[in-house]
Amino acid sequence: MNVPTELRAGVRDALPLFLGIVPFAVVFGVAAVDAGLSALQAVGLSVFVFAGASQLATIELLADDATLAVVVLTAVVINLRMLMYSASIAPYFRSLAGRSKAFLAYFLTDQAYALSVAHYGALDDATGGSGSGESDASAAETDALSTADRRWYYLGVGVSLWVVWQLGTVAGLVLGTGVPESWGLDFTVPLVFLALLVPAMNDVPTITAGVCGGVVAVVAAGLPLNLGLLVGATAGIVAGLLAERGRR
Amino acid sequence: MTTSYPATTVWAVVLAIGVLTFAIRFSFIALFGGLERRSGEAEGSASAGTVPPRISAALRYVPPAVLAALVFPAVVTIEPTVVGTLTNERLLAGAVAAVVAWRTESVLATIGVGMGALWALQFLL
Repeated sequence: MNVPTELRAGVRDALPLFLGIVPFAVVFGVAAVDAGLSALQAVGLSVFVFAGASQLATIELLADDATLAVVVLTAVVINLRMLMYSASIAPYFRSLAGRSKAFLAYFLTDQAYALSVAHYGALDDATGGSGSGESDASAAETDALSTADRRWYYLGVGVSLWVVWQLGTVAGLVLGTGVPESWGLDFTVPLVFLALLVPAMNDVPTITAGVCGGVVAVVAAGLPLNLGLLVGATAGIVAGLLAERGRR
Repeated sequence: MTTSYPATTVWAVVLAIGVLTFAIRFSFIALFGGLERRSGEAEGSASAGTVPPRISAALRYVPPAVLAALVFPAVVTIEPTVVGTLTNERLLAGAVAAVVAWRTESVLATIGVGMGALWALQFLL
Protein backbone atom coordinates (compact mmCIF):
# COMPACT_ATOMS: atom_id res chain seq x y z
CA MET A 1 0.00 0.00 0.00
CA ASN A 2 1.25 3.41 -0.96
CA VAL A 3 0.43 5.11 2.33
CA PRO A 4 3.22 7.69 2.71
CA THR A 5 2.88 9.13 -0.79
CA GLU A 6 -0.87 9.77 -0.69
CA LEU A 7 -0.86 10.88 2.95
CA ARG A 8 1.97 13.31 2.23
CA ALA A 9 0.19 14.58 -0.89
CA GLY A 10 -2.91 15.30 1.21
CA VAL A 11 -0.98 17.20 3.87
CA ARG A 12 0.95 19.14 1.22
CA ASP A 13 -2.22 20.17 -0.60
CA ALA A 14 -3.79 21.29 2.70
CA LEU A 15 -0.85 23.55 3.65
CA PRO A 16 -2.04 26.69 1.77
CA LEU A 17 -5.45 26.34 3.45
CA PHE A 18 -3.89 26.84 6.88
CA LEU A 19 -3.62 30.55 6.08
CA GLY A 20 -7.41 30.78 6.09
CA ILE A 21 -8.04 28.23 8.86
CA VAL A 22 -5.68 29.64 11.50
CA PRO A 23 -7.22 33.14 11.83
CA PHE A 24 -10.70 31.57 11.73
CA ALA A 25 -9.81 29.19 14.60
CA VAL A 26 -8.13 31.97 16.60
CA VAL A 27 -11.23 34.17 16.20
CA PHE A 28 -13.34 31.27 17.44
CA GLY A 29 -11.16 30.87 20.53
CA VAL A 30 -11.29 34.61 21.31
CA ALA A 31 -15.08 34.67 20.80
CA ALA A 32 -15.49 31.67 23.10
CA VAL A 33 -13.66 33.48 25.92
CA ASP A 34 -15.78 36.59 25.24
CA ALA A 35 -18.96 34.52 25.47
CA GLY A 36 -17.97 33.19 28.89
CA LEU A 37 -17.32 29.62 27.84
CA SER A 38 -14.67 27.64 29.68
CA ALA A 39 -11.54 26.61 27.78
CA LEU A 40 -12.68 23.00 27.98
CA GLN A 41 -16.09 23.83 26.50
CA ALA A 42 -14.50 25.76 23.63
CA VAL A 43 -12.13 22.89 22.84
CA GLY A 44 -15.12 20.55 23.25
CA LEU A 45 -16.93 22.42 20.47
CA SER A 46 -13.86 22.25 18.23
CA VAL A 47 -13.44 18.51 18.86
CA PHE A 48 -17.08 17.35 18.82
CA VAL A 49 -18.39 19.68 16.10
CA PHE A 50 -15.25 20.52 14.06
CA ALA A 51 -17.13 22.90 11.74
CA GLY A 52 -16.05 26.54 12.01
CA ALA A 53 -19.03 28.59 10.87
CA SER A 54 -21.49 26.59 13.01
CA GLN A 55 -19.15 26.82 16.02
CA LEU A 56 -18.93 30.62 15.69
CA ALA A 57 -22.71 30.92 15.32
CA THR A 58 -23.18 28.72 18.40
CA ILE A 59 -20.87 30.98 20.42
CA GLU A 60 -22.67 34.13 19.23
CA LEU A 61 -26.11 32.76 20.10
CA LEU A 62 -25.01 31.38 23.49
CA ALA A 63 -23.56 34.81 24.32
CA ASP A 64 -26.97 36.34 23.48
CA ASP A 65 -28.71 33.74 25.67
CA ALA A 66 -30.72 32.58 22.67
CA THR A 67 -33.20 29.75 23.13
CA LEU A 68 -31.37 26.42 23.12
CA ALA A 69 -33.51 25.02 20.29
CA VAL A 70 -32.54 28.02 18.14
CA VAL A 71 -28.86 27.50 18.96
CA VAL A 72 -28.90 23.82 17.97
CA LEU A 73 -31.15 24.34 14.93
CA THR A 74 -28.97 27.17 13.58
CA ALA A 75 -25.80 25.09 13.87
CA VAL A 76 -27.49 22.13 12.17
CA VAL A 77 -28.82 24.29 9.31
CA ILE A 78 -25.35 25.74 8.74
CA ASN A 79 -23.91 22.21 8.57
CA LEU A 80 -26.65 20.80 6.30
CA ARG A 81 -24.44 21.48 3.26
CA MET A 82 -22.32 18.51 4.41
CA LEU A 83 -25.21 16.30 3.30
CA MET A 84 -24.13 17.07 -0.26
CA TYR A 85 -20.48 16.31 0.50
CA SER A 86 -21.47 13.04 2.17
CA ALA A 87 -23.49 11.95 -0.87
CA SER A 88 -20.82 13.09 -3.30
CA ILE A 89 -17.85 11.42 -1.62
CA ALA A 90 -19.69 8.26 -0.49
CA PRO A 91 -18.96 6.20 -3.66
CA TYR A 92 -15.22 6.57 -3.04
CA PHE A 93 -15.49 5.05 0.43
CA ARG A 94 -17.93 2.32 -0.56
CA SER A 95 -15.58 -0.64 -0.21
CA LEU A 96 -14.47 0.29 3.32
CA ALA A 97 -15.74 -1.28 6.56
CA GLY A 98 -18.43 0.54 8.52
CA ARG A 99 -16.09 1.64 11.30
CA SER A 100 -13.59 3.11 8.82
CA LYS A 101 -16.43 4.97 7.10
CA ALA A 102 -17.51 6.52 10.40
CA PHE A 103 -13.93 7.54 11.16
CA LEU A 104 -13.52 9.16 7.74
CA ALA A 105 -16.93 10.86 7.96
CA TYR A 106 -15.84 12.69 11.13
CA PHE A 107 -13.17 14.58 9.12
CA LEU A 108 -15.58 15.67 6.36
CA THR A 109 -15.17 19.44 5.97
CA ASP A 110 -15.55 21.85 3.04
CA GLN A 111 -11.81 21.71 2.45
CA ALA A 112 -11.30 17.94 2.84
CA TYR A 113 -14.23 17.33 0.51
CA ALA A 114 -13.21 19.83 -2.16
CA LEU A 115 -9.54 18.79 -2.27
CA SER A 116 -10.22 15.04 -2.18
CA VAL A 117 -12.88 15.01 -4.89
CA ALA A 118 -10.65 17.14 -7.14
CA HIS A 119 -7.72 14.79 -6.44
CA TYR A 120 -9.79 11.63 -7.10
CA GLY A 121 -11.17 13.15 -10.29
CA ALA A 122 -7.63 13.81 -11.53
CA LEU A 123 -6.63 10.21 -10.62
CA ASP A 124 -9.62 8.81 -12.50
CA ASP A 125 -8.85 10.89 -15.56
CA ALA A 126 -5.24 9.72 -15.50
CA THR A 127 -6.21 6.03 -15.29
CA GLY A 128 -9.18 6.37 -17.65
CA GLY A 129 -11.67 5.62 -14.87
CA SER A 130 -15.31 6.62 -14.75
CA GLY A 131 -14.67 9.74 -12.67
CA SER A 132 -17.58 9.13 -10.36
CA GLY A 133 -16.00 6.22 -8.52
CA GLU A 134 -18.86 3.95 -9.57
CA SER A 135 -16.73 1.55 -11.55
CA ASP A 136 -18.08 -1.59 -13.15
CA ALA A 137 -17.12 -5.14 -12.14
CA SER A 138 -14.08 -5.30 -14.43
CA ALA A 139 -12.55 -2.29 -12.69
CA ALA A 140 -13.48 -3.50 -9.19
CA GLU A 141 -9.99 -4.76 -8.44
CA THR A 142 -8.16 -1.54 -9.32
CA ASP A 143 -10.91 0.39 -7.53
CA ALA A 144 -10.35 -1.59 -4.32
CA LEU A 145 -6.63 -0.85 -4.52
CA SER A 146 -7.07 2.87 -5.10
CA THR A 147 -9.78 3.15 -2.40
CA ALA A 148 -7.13 2.33 0.19
CA ASP A 149 -4.83 5.00 -1.24
CA ARG A 150 -7.69 7.46 -1.55
CA ARG A 151 -8.45 7.11 2.12
CA TRP A 152 -4.90 8.21 2.95
CA TYR A 153 -5.04 11.33 0.80
CA TYR A 154 -8.35 12.33 2.41
CA LEU A 155 -6.93 11.66 5.88
CA GLY A 156 -3.83 13.70 5.03
CA VAL A 157 -6.03 16.72 4.33
CA GLY A 158 -8.64 16.07 7.03
CA VAL A 159 -6.37 15.22 9.96
CA SER A 160 -3.88 18.04 9.29
CA LEU A 161 -6.77 20.54 9.16
CA TRP A 162 -8.13 19.03 12.38
CA VAL A 163 -4.80 19.49 14.19
CA VAL A 164 -4.45 23.09 12.96
CA TRP A 165 -8.06 23.83 13.94
CA GLN A 166 -7.51 22.55 17.51
CA LEU A 167 -4.19 24.40 17.93
CA GLY A 168 -5.77 27.60 16.55
CA THR A 169 -8.65 27.29 19.01
CA VAL A 170 -6.24 27.01 21.93
CA ALA A 171 -4.20 29.97 20.63
CA GLY A 172 -7.40 32.04 20.48
CA LEU A 173 -8.34 31.02 24.04
CA VAL A 174 -4.94 32.14 25.32
CA LEU A 175 -5.06 35.37 23.30
CA GLY A 176 -8.70 36.11 24.18
CA THR A 177 -8.09 36.26 27.90
CA GLY A 178 -5.46 38.98 27.47
CA VAL A 179 -7.19 41.40 25.09
CA PRO A 180 -9.14 44.36 26.48
CA GLU A 181 -12.79 44.80 25.44
CA SER A 182 -12.13 48.25 23.93
CA TRP A 183 -10.25 46.64 21.04
CA GLY A 184 -13.59 45.45 19.70
CA LEU A 185 -12.26 41.99 18.84
CA ASP A 186 -15.86 40.71 18.80
CA PHE A 187 -16.08 42.40 15.38
CA THR A 188 -13.77 39.70 13.97
CA VAL A 189 -16.70 37.24 14.14
CA PRO A 190 -18.91 38.99 11.53
CA LEU A 191 -15.74 39.65 9.50
CA VAL A 192 -15.09 35.90 9.27
CA PHE A 193 -18.69 35.31 8.20
CA LEU A 194 -18.32 38.13 5.67
CA ALA A 195 -15.20 36.52 4.22
CA LEU A 196 -17.22 33.31 3.73
CA LEU A 197 -20.36 35.09 2.51
CA VAL A 198 -18.91 37.14 -0.36
CA PRO A 199 -17.52 34.18 -2.39
CA ALA A 200 -20.80 32.29 -1.74
CA MET A 201 -22.70 35.04 -3.59
CA ASN A 202 -21.53 34.35 -7.13
CA ASP A 203 -24.64 34.45 -9.32
CA VAL A 204 -28.09 36.10 -9.37
CA PRO A 205 -29.93 33.49 -7.23
CA THR A 206 -27.18 33.27 -4.57
CA ILE A 207 -26.89 37.08 -4.43
CA THR A 208 -30.68 37.28 -4.05
CA ALA A 209 -30.52 34.68 -1.27
CA GLY A 210 -27.81 36.62 0.56
CA VAL A 211 -29.36 40.07 0.24
CA CYS A 212 -32.86 38.88 1.20
CA GLY A 213 -31.55 36.76 4.08
CA GLY A 214 -29.53 39.68 5.43
CA VAL A 215 -32.19 42.37 5.06
CA VAL A 216 -34.94 40.22 6.58
CA ALA A 217 -32.62 39.29 9.46
CA VAL A 218 -32.00 43.00 10.20
CA VAL A 219 -35.73 43.79 10.11
CA ALA A 220 -36.56 40.72 12.21
CA ALA A 221 -33.69 41.31 14.67
CA GLY A 222 -36.17 42.41 17.33
CA LEU A 223 -38.04 39.09 17.35
CA PRO A 224 -37.91 37.15 20.61
CA LEU A 225 -35.85 33.97 21.09
CA ASN A 226 -33.35 35.13 18.40
CA LEU A 227 -35.80 33.89 15.79
CA GLY A 228 -34.72 36.76 13.50
CA LEU A 229 -31.75 34.69 12.37
CA LEU A 230 -33.86 31.69 11.35
CA VAL A 231 -36.54 33.90 9.76
CA GLY A 232 -33.86 35.72 7.75
CA ALA A 233 -32.13 32.50 6.69
CA THR A 234 -35.43 30.91 5.61
CA ALA A 235 -36.44 34.03 3.65
CA GLY A 236 -33.04 33.99 1.93
CA ILE A 237 -33.30 30.32 0.91
CA VAL A 238 -36.84 30.83 -0.47
CA ALA A 239 -35.74 33.99 -2.32
CA GLY A 240 -32.82 32.09 -3.87
CA LEU A 241 -35.10 29.30 -5.10
CA LEU A 242 -37.58 31.84 -6.53
CA ALA A 243 -34.79 33.75 -8.29
CA GLU A 244 -33.51 30.49 -9.77
CA ARG A 245 -36.99 29.60 -11.04
CA GLY A 246 -37.44 33.11 -12.44
CA ARG A 247 -34.32 32.73 -14.55
CA ARG A 248 -35.52 29.59 -16.31
CA MET B 1 -21.71 39.57 26.23
CA THR B 2 -21.39 36.39 28.24
CA THR B 3 -23.81 33.51 28.37
CA SER B 4 -25.90 33.01 31.48
CA TYR B 5 -26.49 29.33 30.76
CA PRO B 6 -24.99 26.95 33.33
CA ALA B 7 -22.01 24.79 32.32
CA THR B 8 -24.06 21.59 32.06
CA THR B 9 -26.48 23.24 29.61
CA VAL B 10 -23.59 24.49 27.46
CA TRP B 11 -22.15 20.95 27.42
CA ALA B 12 -25.53 19.52 26.41
CA VAL B 13 -25.64 22.00 23.48
CA VAL B 14 -22.06 21.10 22.49
CA LEU B 15 -22.86 17.38 22.49
CA ALA B 16 -26.20 17.79 20.67
CA ILE B 17 -24.63 19.83 17.87
CA GLY B 18 -21.67 17.42 17.72
CA VAL B 19 -23.88 14.34 17.38
CA LEU B 20 -26.21 15.94 14.81
CA THR B 21 -23.29 17.30 12.74
CA PHE B 22 -21.67 13.86 12.70
CA ALA B 23 -25.00 12.32 11.63
CA ILE B 24 -25.11 14.75 8.67
CA ARG B 25 -21.53 13.91 7.68
CA PHE B 26 -22.02 10.15 8.02
CA SER B 27 -25.51 10.01 6.44
CA PHE B 28 -24.82 9.14 2.81
CA ILE B 29 -21.41 7.58 3.48
CA ALA B 30 -23.20 5.13 5.80
CA LEU B 31 -26.07 4.63 3.37
CA PHE B 32 -23.75 3.41 0.64
CA GLY B 33 -22.83 -0.19 1.31
CA GLY B 34 -25.67 -0.63 3.76
CA LEU B 35 -28.12 -0.76 0.89
CA GLU B 36 -25.55 -2.49 -1.26
CA ARG B 37 -25.25 -5.35 1.20
CA ARG B 38 -28.99 -5.74 1.36
CA SER B 39 -29.67 -5.64 -2.38
CA GLY B 40 -26.48 -7.48 -3.29
CA GLU B 41 -25.62 -5.27 -6.24
CA ALA B 42 -23.98 -1.90 -6.76
CA GLU B 43 -26.76 -0.54 -8.96
CA GLY B 44 -29.24 0.10 -6.16
CA SER B 45 -26.81 2.08 -4.04
CA ALA B 46 -26.00 4.54 -6.81
CA SER B 47 -29.49 6.00 -6.78
CA ALA B 48 -29.67 5.80 -2.98
CA GLY B 49 -26.53 7.90 -2.65
CA THR B 50 -27.84 11.11 -4.17
CA VAL B 51 -29.62 13.95 -2.44
CA PRO B 52 -33.11 14.56 -3.91
CA PRO B 53 -32.78 17.40 -6.49
CA ARG B 54 -35.24 19.65 -4.71
CA ILE B 55 -33.30 19.44 -1.44
CA SER B 56 -29.92 19.93 -3.11
CA ALA B 57 -31.32 23.01 -4.91
CA ALA B 58 -32.34 24.48 -1.54
CA LEU B 59 -29.02 23.49 0.06
CA ARG B 60 -27.23 25.68 -2.49
CA TYR B 61 -28.81 28.75 -0.92
CA VAL B 62 -28.17 27.82 2.71
CA PRO B 63 -24.63 29.29 2.90
CA PRO B 64 -25.43 32.75 1.43
CA ALA B 65 -28.75 33.02 3.30
CA VAL B 66 -27.48 31.93 6.73
CA LEU B 67 -24.17 33.79 6.51
CA ALA B 68 -25.93 37.01 5.45
CA ALA B 69 -28.46 36.58 8.27
CA LEU B 70 -25.49 36.37 10.67
CA VAL B 71 -23.47 39.24 9.16
CA PHE B 72 -26.09 41.92 8.44
CA PRO B 73 -27.52 42.33 11.99
CA ALA B 74 -23.97 42.33 13.42
CA VAL B 75 -22.94 45.18 11.11
CA VAL B 76 -26.15 47.17 10.61
CA THR B 77 -27.62 48.99 13.60
CA ILE B 78 -30.77 50.95 12.84
CA GLU B 79 -30.19 54.48 14.23
CA PRO B 80 -32.86 57.20 14.59
CA THR B 81 -31.57 58.96 11.46
CA VAL B 82 -30.64 57.56 8.05
CA VAL B 83 -27.29 59.37 8.18
CA GLY B 84 -26.64 57.94 11.63
CA THR B 85 -27.39 54.44 10.37
CA LEU B 86 -25.15 54.80 7.32
CA THR B 87 -22.20 56.36 9.13
CA ASN B 88 -22.01 53.71 11.85
CA GLU B 89 -18.38 52.62 12.32
CA ARG B 90 -19.17 48.93 12.05
CA LEU B 91 -21.20 49.37 8.86
CA LEU B 92 -18.44 51.39 7.19
CA ALA B 93 -15.71 49.01 8.35
CA GLY B 94 -17.89 46.09 7.20
CA ALA B 95 -18.30 47.69 3.76
CA VAL B 96 -14.51 48.07 3.40
CA ALA B 97 -14.02 44.46 4.54
CA ALA B 98 -16.65 43.27 2.03
CA VAL B 99 -14.67 44.82 -0.82
CA VAL B 100 -11.50 43.11 0.45
CA ALA B 101 -13.33 39.77 0.77
CA TRP B 102 -14.60 40.17 -2.79
CA ARG B 103 -11.20 41.06 -4.27
CA THR B 104 -9.01 38.65 -2.27
CA GLU B 105 -11.37 35.87 -1.04
CA SER B 106 -8.99 35.68 1.95
CA VAL B 107 -10.22 35.31 5.54
CA LEU B 108 -6.95 36.69 6.88
CA ALA B 109 -7.02 39.82 4.67
CA THR B 110 -10.70 40.44 5.45
CA ILE B 111 -10.11 40.28 9.21
CA GLY B 112 -6.95 42.42 8.98
CA VAL B 113 -8.38 45.20 6.85
CA GLY B 114 -11.79 45.10 8.58
CA MET B 115 -10.30 45.49 12.06
CA GLY B 116 -7.88 48.15 10.81
CA ALA B 117 -10.79 50.10 9.31
CA LEU B 118 -12.80 49.80 12.53
CA TRP B 119 -9.93 51.10 14.66
CA ALA B 120 -9.22 53.95 12.21
CA LEU B 121 -12.89 54.99 12.16
CA GLN B 122 -13.16 54.84 15.95
CA PHE B 123 -10.14 57.12 16.10
CA LEU B 124 -11.49 59.57 13.50
CA LEU B 125 -15.25 59.70 14.18
